[in-house]
Amino acid sequence: MSQLDYLAPASAEDAAKALAAGGDTARPLSGGTDLLVQLRAGRLKPGLIVDLKKIPGAIGIREEAGGFVIGAATSGAALGEHAPLVRAWPGVVEATNLIGSTQIQGRASMAGNICNASPAADSVPALVAARATCVVVGPTGRRTVPVEEIPVGPGRTSLAPGEFVLEIRLPPRGFHAADAYLRSIPRTEMDIAVVGVAVNLTLGVDGVITDARIALGAVGPTVIVAREAAAVLVGTRAEDDVLARLDEAARAVCRPISDKRGTAEFRTKITGVLARRVATIAYARAKERI
Amino acid sequence: MKQHVTATVNGDPVEFLSDPGMTLLDALRDELGLTGSKEGCGSGDCGACSVVVDGRLVCSCLMLAAEAEGHRIETIEGMAEGSVLHPLQRKFIEHAALQCGFCTPGLLVAAKALLDSNPDPSETEVRYWLAGNLCRCTGYDKVIRAVMDAGAEMRQARVA
Amino acid sequence: MTDVLDRPEAGDTLRVVGTRPARPDGVDKVTGRATYGADFTMAGQLVGKILRSPHAHARIVSIDTRKARALPGVKAIVIGTDFPDQASEELAGGEGASNIRDIALNCLARDKVLYQGHAVAAVAATSSSIADAALALIDVKYEVLPHVTDVEAAMAPDAPLLDETRFTTGLETKPDKPSNIASRMQLKRGDLADGFASADVIVEGRYITPAVHQGYIEPHACVASFGADGQCQVWASSQGQFMIRAYCAKILNIEASDIRVTPAEIGGGFGGKTTVYIEPVALALSKQAGAPVKIVMTRDEVFRATGPTSGAVIEVKLGAKSDGTIVAADVVLKYQAGAFPGSPVGAGAMTALACYNIPNFLITGYDVVNNTPKVAAYRAPGAPISAFGVESAVDELAEKLGMDPIALRLKNAVHDGDKAAYGPTFKNIGYVETLEAIANHPHYKAPLGPNQGRGLAVGFWFNVGGESTAAVNIVEDGSAVVISGNPDIGGSRASMAMMAAEVLGLPVEHVRPIVADTASIGFSMLTGGSRTTFATGMAVTQAAQKVVEDLKRRAAEIWDVAVDKVEWVNGSAVCLDAAKAKPDLTLAAIAGQSAKTGGPIGATIALNAQGAGPGFGVHLCDVEVDPETGHVSVVRYTAAQDVGKAIHPSYVEGQVQGGAVQGIGWALNEEYVFDGKGAMENPGFLDYRMPVASDLPMIDAVLVEVANPRHPFGAKGVGEVPIVPPLAAVGNAVSRAIGVRMHDLPLSPPRVRAAIDAG
Repeated sequence: MSQLDYLAPASAEDAAKALAAGGDTARPLSGGTDLLVQLRAGRLKPGLIVDLKKIPGAIGIREEAGGFVIGAATSGAALGEHAPLVRAWPGVVEATNLIGSTQIQGRASMAGNICNASPAADSVPALVAARATCVVVGPTGRRTVPVEEIPVGPGRTSLAPGEFVLEIRLPPRGFHAADAYLRSIPRTEMDIAVVGVAVNLTLGVDGVITDARIALGAVGPTVIVAREAAAVLVGTRAEDDVLARLDEAARAVCRPISDKRGTAEFRTKITGVLARRVATIAYARAKERI
Repeated sequence: MKQHVTATVNGDPVEFLSDPGMTLLDALRDELGLTGSKEGCGSGDCGACSVVVDGRLVCSCLMLAAEAEGHRIETIEGMAEGSVLHPLQRKFIEHAALQCGFCTPGLLVAAKALLDSNPDPSETEVRYWLAGNLCRCTGYDKVIRAVMDAGAEMRQARVA
Repeated sequence: MTDVLDRPEAGDTLRVVGTRPARPDGVDKVTGRATYGADFTMAGQLVGKILRSPHAHARIVSIDTRKARALPGVKAIVIGTDFPDQASEELAGGEGASNIRDIALNCLARDKVLYQGHAVAAVAATSSSIADAALALIDVKYEVLPHVTDVEAAMAPDAPLLDETRFTTGLETKPDKPSNIASRMQLKRGDLADGFASADVIVEGRYITPAVHQGYIEPHACVASFGADGQCQVWASSQGQFMIRAYCAKILNIEASDIRVTPAEIGGGFGGKTTVYIEPVALALSKQAGAPVKIVMTRDEVFRATGPTSGAVIEVKLGAKSDGTIVAADVVLKYQAGAFPGSPVGAGAMTALACYNIPNFLITGYDVVNNTPKVAAYRAPGAPISAFGVESAVDELAEKLGMDPIALRLKNAVHDGDKAAYGPTFKNIGYVETLEAIANHPHYKAPLGPNQGRGLAVGFWFNVGGESTAAVNIVEDGSAVVISGNPDIGGSRASMAMMAAEVLGLPVEHVRPIVADTASIGFSMLTGGSRTTFATGMAVTQAAQKVVEDLKRRAAEIWDVAVDKVEWVNGSAVCLDAAKAKPDLTLAAIAGQSAKTGGPIGATIALNAQGAGPGFGVHLCDVEVDPETGHVSVVRYTAAQDVGKAIHPSYVEGQVQGGAVQGIGWALNEEYVFDGKGAMENPGFLDYRMPVASDLPMIDAVLVEVANPRHPFGAKGVGEVPIVPPLAAVGNAVSRAIGVRMHDLPLSPPRVRAAIDAG
């Protein structure tokens, strides 16, 4: 029988040491909503689980230098209850809150969502669109990494042995800016995204879009930053003809697979539909702030 | 290596030994004999194992027993006060909101967590809050009615 | 609504039946105290686990268990050849007759594995982790064979054969080549060619439904104890303790009376718990280990190795006169049976046209084996599948004729005295009344919004009676205990107590219903076929009536009057002999002096109930389709059903609502998905998408009461009918919303969007 040990270190440095010592079979635990499923299914047979929740700052949200710092093990439910965060980053919060049920929200964290490296993770497109970064702690110290550089393929991350995500940082929010996220699922809840689209916009006082960033989920091995599609929006007020061009530009960068959750053709079509819808929501939200 | 875990379950102190892979659900059922929380899937998709940890609704199958150390856990067994049923429990019986009853403990724990945080939910709010609690018997109709009615009764009681 | 006929106390109004009391097992179930299969434990019990085939089709070359046996903590290992050899024999006991050899081979494979997840070996160990480790140490050598999962591919002449010795039965000429088509059956009337020749309008379609699972939330679980003296005990969650006893006795060659099976509370079954998977295995392990063994399936095992019901292809051709009279119907049903014969194609064929009077028809059904789990009964087995094809075709016919869908069905509806398509003559049916209930419902006339469509479909189920035993015992304080042999799957204890209370004249709270083990009550067929309230309810009612007769005799003895001078009124004996002027004797008073009047008071009735009234349902569904994403929302749903007499209306409504929602799930998102190797890709609730609360509106259940005079209170079975219409009701609504006829389920967003794009 394989042996499994559980540690709950009280500092990030101790956690990194333990993870490094545990090698390939060590796994960090924050919310556990992916880890425990993989344990149970036998897909993962770790020798060591390092619970991050006792590390100071691992749970909680604080405002810092105009932005937000979110502890790795902070639950989705806690994000949804944090009014300043919801006001600044409604898209990031709504994306995170779409992960699983109320029960899952009680535990699941954005850091886990990022590091599980599913192409269909809901929070990741929203974080990428928001230009969020991760503070990664490892045996050799700390580094700051853009969220989109953490997952490198389905189930794979760029984290070195012993490294884990301690914090997620959302940048300071400019005026007249807002984000939004929508996904397509067969039911109304409890599903994995067949397509997810996040749009993050900044407007000028005249309502013209000055900055746009769009991230697409579940249409490639990792989140796709749709730069051409974002460029379509800049300099416009997201009018109907602009949205039609956005639809086309978003579809153009999709590289989906066909699987049990949807065909490549369907995923591509829906990406265009959602891009239009999400841009409309984000635009309306930003415009309200003028 | 087994872990010694100390926690509070339904207000009472408990201690048990946990294998590191043991879930909170396994500990409740096998170590503490609290079999009211059910395992329907083991993957957080059915909600039959719902419990409240430090005021937060969670699936006990998705939490290691070792993580319970020092925390406050509430299960279906602690919902009635002695032999006095919680209004939700009474309303579930009154509305025939259960058939086989297997999902019922999880639904009740989840519904209580809802009414504790939102005493006057709309039908849509109830439906989305309970979307993680699968029920295959009832089609949810009577479950939703029971929760709404219990909420109404609890609001009345608060006013009175 | 028609009044109830043939009450036991003619002229009385019912006091209990038709009311909505709290169910007797309610408090246990809302407090977490009710004991389900996995909640039971025995001192010294071992953990049993099952090794399953990774291949969809393979020959088992060898199984080496030596390393596993050597592992400390491993107490027993069994494989298929540890079960006694079985002859191929049909055995009654489940939902219908089943082949006992196939059931044994499904519990543990012998020469071949026939689906991914097929059990090949089982281990009992002192802990779960040791059992897991032992499974990993069992070395099974397979010779992988080509597999087939699709029903039509399995029917092809060159398909990989699951059994080289199987020849199709039911053909005019004996085939000379083996086939995966286990049998062909036909139902016919009139002359099909003449019928179609006389038709003004013809519609034709080919429909596909996927394999779907019953989806009960409680995985299968049991504890088995094989005593050194050969006396066995089993505690298990199932739809029939006597079914488990019969199958275990046969499979293990034990005398049935040596096995005592205690039914646990059952966490849903819907037909899926009408057979054995783990109980004989647990007994065999327990015998070898000399200790009790508990087996609890994981959800993954439930999906891969139990249930489901058939995936199918349904071809329907209908011919009608321009006034809507249907003159010909040709229906072909191809049903997956899974690894062993026994798909519900027979019931699918018999129910397919049961709602219609059609002079010329031919229904052909094929029972086809393939490399997927052996199908199990699922709520009205077979009927929703054929109804999806037929009701979609009838809807298309209504559109083509420009006719109202209810008017078209009324024009062709069966009535009392009509000969049903499957043989018997209908009596006391409420089909037309149920159609009218929907026609008169405000829903039928409510306006539709943009992108919305309204679908109507009807459905039929036979309902059955059969063998039941029930006892009513009077307690010395005047309360009563009702004992039956049917697991309570959706509130039947409440209805048993209510019927007994009605007859005895007791408040229902004074009647305690229990479900007894196989040694404590006589044989009862399992809870299935919508039979319990009808058949077991009849046994309970008759037992209570027998008790009342005895109570009257005892009162007469106490009063020293003739028995015919005693009447039973509201729980008391009333003396009709004016000369005696005796005060009424309550049940408690008679019970208190039972020793003086013959001893304990109680009666047992064992019967084989006949005359279960068939049931009809009419469902109306509004959907809204997102034309860009293909997402379908059910926005309004009304289900009307002829229920005979609702004993406990809340639980009857619950059956209608629950059945409708299972059907909605089948229509919208549920399906078994297999990969290229024949492995199920979605064996969990994440990707096997059953409806969640936020997917649904309230389900309006309309109970139509056309009494069944062959039941003491007029009851008909109600549990199965409601899953028959929804597949087509939803399909017809979507087809009308998008203007494209949908032929294939599930109506998931990719499929609906593709249909919209194809126009």
